[in-house]
Amino acid sequence: MKEIRLHGRGGQGVVKASHIVVKAAVSSGTHGQFIPFFGVERKGSPVFGFLRLSSEPIRRKTQVYEPDILIIFDDTLVKLPATYAGLKEGGTVIINSTKTIEALGVPAQAGQIAIVDASGISEKLFGRNMPNTSMLGALAKVTDLVSKDALFDEIAAAFGEANRTAAQAAYDSVVITKKEA
Amino acid sequence: MGKLVAMTGNTAAYTGAALCRPDLIAAYPITPQSSVVEGLAGMVYNGKLDASFVQVESEHSAMSVVQGAAAAGGRVFTATSAQGLALMYEPYFRMSTLRIPMVMALATREMTSPETIWSGQQDAMSVREAGWIQLFCESNQEILDMMLQAYRIAEDPRVQLPVNVCYDGFYSSHLIEGLDIPSQAEADAFLPAYAGKTYLDPGQPAALDPLTPGELMMHYRKNHLDAMKAAQEVIEEVDAKFAAQFGRSYGGLIEEYKTEDADIVIVTIGGMSGTGKDAVDAAREKGIRAGLIKLRFVRPFPAEKLAAALRGKKAFAVVDRSVSFGWSCGPMYMETRAAVVDADSYAHFSAIGGLGGADLSYGHMRSVIEKLDAIKNEPGAHDTLWLMND
Repeated sequence: MKEIRLHGRGGQGVVKASHIVVKAAVSSGTHGQFIPFFGVERKGSPVFGFLRLSSEPIRRKTQVYEPDILIIFDDTLVKLPATYAGLKEGGTVIINSTKTIEALGVPAQAGQIAIVDASGISEKLFGRNMPNTSMLGALAKVTDLVSKDALFDEIAAAFGEANRTAAQAAYDSVVITKKEA
Repeated sequence: MGKLVAMTGNTAAYTGAALCRPDLIAAYPITPQSSVVEGLAGMVYNGKLDASFVQVESEHSAMSVVQGAAAAGGRVFTATSAQGLALMYEPYFRMSTLRIPMVMALATREMTSPETIWSGQQDAMSVREAGWIQLFCESNQEILDMMLQAYRIAEDPRVQLPVNVCYDGFYSSHLIEGLDIPSQAEADAFLPAYAGKTYLDPGQPAALDPLTPGELMMHYRKNHLDAMKAAQEVIEEVDAKFAAQFGRSYGGLIEEYKTEDADIVIVTIGGMSGTGKDAVDAAREKGIRAGLIKLRFVRPFPAEKLAAALRGKKAFAVVDRSVSFGWSCGPMYMETRAAVVDADSYAHFSAIGGLGGADLSYGHMRSVIEKLDAIKNEPGAHDTLWLMND
């Protein structure tokens, strides 16, 4: 089982993106689960959610404290202590940013860092900052936990072909830095 | 089993309710159940469900409307949570004491104050003496399946009682996972069309529920208690029938997980059970003989089955997502002690966690097992364990 924690802001589509991942996992015959964390529901306030993917049925229904993967939709959130908290040794950080790894303060235990300008892709394609489907494109590139085709089909089914284009643009442009073991 | 479909607990609840072909739904939205009744409203509006949908101005009215429709012979459904349930209490109590079957989803939520809209089982626990059958679900599949089972249990001539299908607010209601959706034909084969009694008929006007003197009232109460007792057998029968058709058995009144050779047992209720099973497996890897009992029904309380499952064990702990204000412990712990008449031949304690939306984590479940393992040879009651992070 791999545990993923997502951090974003209200209105960025964290919950919808996570539902798409679970649907893609389930439709391709594996197991997925997502629990949103509900705080005060306001546009712009920090939100997070807990996503699990596994080849076995997932039984636990709890928050994620030691994520294998962090998906960060807004790079201003890295200032909050909760954002990088508990990342597993050798874990993966996927972040929507145009900044450097140093400027983002990515913790030393990260084994793989994927930086993608999801907001830029979204602004260009949709004229507004809706980075969620681009972030899924980056996720498909850095992990084989969920099939890219199934994921992209779910994206297109939920939000239309333009979002498949956004996901593909992120898939093609994400910059992956692997730390030497 | 067909291809699995990913859906939230609330979607599973309304999908299951719709498969039961309700004649009438009356509801008022409240967090975290709102998407249950919104989903049903959408299905009725889009012509996917042939039912009357009555929008009301409060939960009190919602229960009153479904009560009238059920008394006229209809199969009815509603859903609520917490403060909505509190507002509904007066017709809620009358629904069970009129002995009219129906099913209501309860996405459980903490009761205020302090002000909260998040998860907890205090709402369901605080109405467990209102005469309804109450069952609790662990997975989204179970939520959907128990809708079908709940109508069969409620409508059984030996029972004739309303049923609450309870599941954790947010941690189940908003959790998305894959499940198998029975076809309408499969659902119809399991749950026949309702042939309910018609107490109210505009063609033959009559008063329902006249003032009743105490001597007669006591007969009604005794019959109600007898029906609750009979329900225990019906619940097991319905589980077996469901398993025969769909291949999924939930164990009826309780589910036992690795209890057979266990020294120590955690008793859980609702969504926390899966987390508890993971903690049991981890303990067993370390050589600790742990097991788990999931309380699936709170009313009727499965006292005999629970006592039998605990017999011969050294220690048990009951994890509650609610409190008993009079007993300095959780309510299911209190009732488990009452069920196990020789409770003090065991080491035992109450664990309380997950109130007001707080997480009941894997670490919490492990800490319950660790404490059980530490005290297992010291029979008697031990202090309540609060599953807090500070």
